[in-house]
Amino acid sequence: MVTAVEQVFRDEWGRVLAALIGFLGDFDFAEEAAQEAFAVAAERWPQDGVPPNPPAWLVTTARNRAIDRIRRDRTLAAKTRLLDVPEPVEDEVDETTIPDERLELLFTCCHPALALDAQVALTLRTLGGLTTEEIARAFIVPDETMAKRLTRAKGKIKAAGIPFRVPPAHLLSERIAAVLAVVYLIFNEGYGGRTDLAAEAIRLGRALAELMPDEPEAHGLLALMLLNDARRDARFAGETVVLLRDQDRSLWDAGELADGRAELERALALGGRGSYVLQAEIASLHVDDPPDWVRIAGLYGQLARLTDSPVVELNRAAALAEAGDVEEALALVDRLDLDPYHYLHATRGELLRRLGRTDDARTSYQRALELVHADAERRFLEERLEGLG
Amino acid sequence: MKYVMLIHQGTTPLPGSPEWDQLPEEEQAAVYADYQAINEDPAVTPGLPLGLPDNATTVRVQDGKTLTTDGPFVTVKEALGGYFVFEADDIDAALEMAARVPAARLGGAVEVRPSETYW
Repeated sequence: MVTAVEQVFRDEWGRVLAALIGFLGDFDFAEEAAQEAFAVAAERWPQDGVPPNPPAWLVTTARNRAIDRIRRDRTLAAKTRLLDVPEPVEDEVDETTIPDERLELLFTCCHPALALDAQVALTLRTLGGLTTEEIARAFIVPDETMAKRLTRAKGKIKAAGIPFRVPPAHLLSERIAAVLAVVYLIFNEGYGGRTDLAAEAIRLGRALAELMPDEPEAHGLLALMLLNDARRDARFAGETVVLLRDQDRSLWDAGELADGRAELERALALGGRGSYVLQAEIASLHVDDPPDWVRIAGLYGQLARLTDSPVVELNRAAALAEAGDVEEALALVDRLDLDPYHYLHATRGELLRRLGRTDDARTSYQRALELVHADAERRFLEERLEGLG
Repeated sequence: MKYVMLIHQGTTPLPGSPEWDQLPEEEQAAVYADYQAINEDPAVTPGLPLGLPDNATTVRVQDGKTLTTDGPFVTVKEALGGYFVFEADDIDAALEMAARVPAARLGGAVEVRPSETYW
């Protein structure tokens, strides 16, 4: 059973914290105030009932507590923006006074002056409300390392003057790209098996699409995540990876697929041709039965020109092979400079197998096995090798 | 906020060197013009021009005894090439200013360090 407070915490933590950081100008102070307000809610709501506007109630309560504390501790006032402390009014709960500053918070957390791992951790902590321990577990680092990473990032935001705002127009597109990259990285961490992270990334993606309704790449990213997530349950059989064409379609989440396609339509209607929109379009085509491989290969071609990525070229090769052009696919794979990447050898093995070159296929699969790390992928390759006889 | 902008020359050609002479004349003129524009920016407090790190002397005191070594604290290649102070509302403005420093595009880098009051 999820209590009302827990549900509100999941849904509104980011918004409550963002409003408090905007008001108090200090991450740690705002976090303490928000935690205190949620503690008060956990105590009062079961008796008094949930207020009509929970986030506004939480922000007001947290703000009042913070103001009380500043009054008690005047030295703290010097460290915050609150030199001129307004009167606390406990009952003044009006949604229009609680601004939605999640976007400001996201841009602060994903500022390029912070290292990528710090951006990711801070985003999960502040917008997602994950605990330090949860984030540490998700990225398989010791709790203490993650705590230090978060403390250092928050310290730098303050000391180096990283602003809490939506960047001005001339910086906006690169900063949006940074925010989207962080959300997608969180999703991919989750897609590799940690479901809670993927769900968290989708929640962040929904918030982004809602906060930047005219930004096609925000819708593109959300579409991409939904379309991939919808097939999550079909991706593994036990502990082994299942290829798309062998997946049990009844395990696909039809609602999530429809949501993803609707987001893709939005992105395309906004004229989006960016990398997330293209990837979402590819993911959407993959779901068709049978997929239009010629079109998919064409989209991979566009994506390769945009990203200049050999990994995308590798995917284009796989699509070409599916479209029937195995020879050309193999020629493309052999042009790629991706030796340390196990998918290159796995793809090459598959192409050679289809061409009947069993010995060469075996060599490629063995090379892929030498390079692979994830257990599920390893089992997949082992089964492929056994299949060659 | 005040930012101390530390200019690392890296492989940036220094005026008078053969590498500098190989730069097209427009590029040489642009380097001078860019540094001049930075120094004239009202938010900038220019630092004193630094002489070559080759001519630096590094001083340490151990057990009350002064030890001097010939050369900069870091290697000559890593030595600081110059500095200035930039006043801005936030780091975004400081990062944009850093990107205007010619050394940043000619093989060096600019370190943006917030100034801090410790006492």
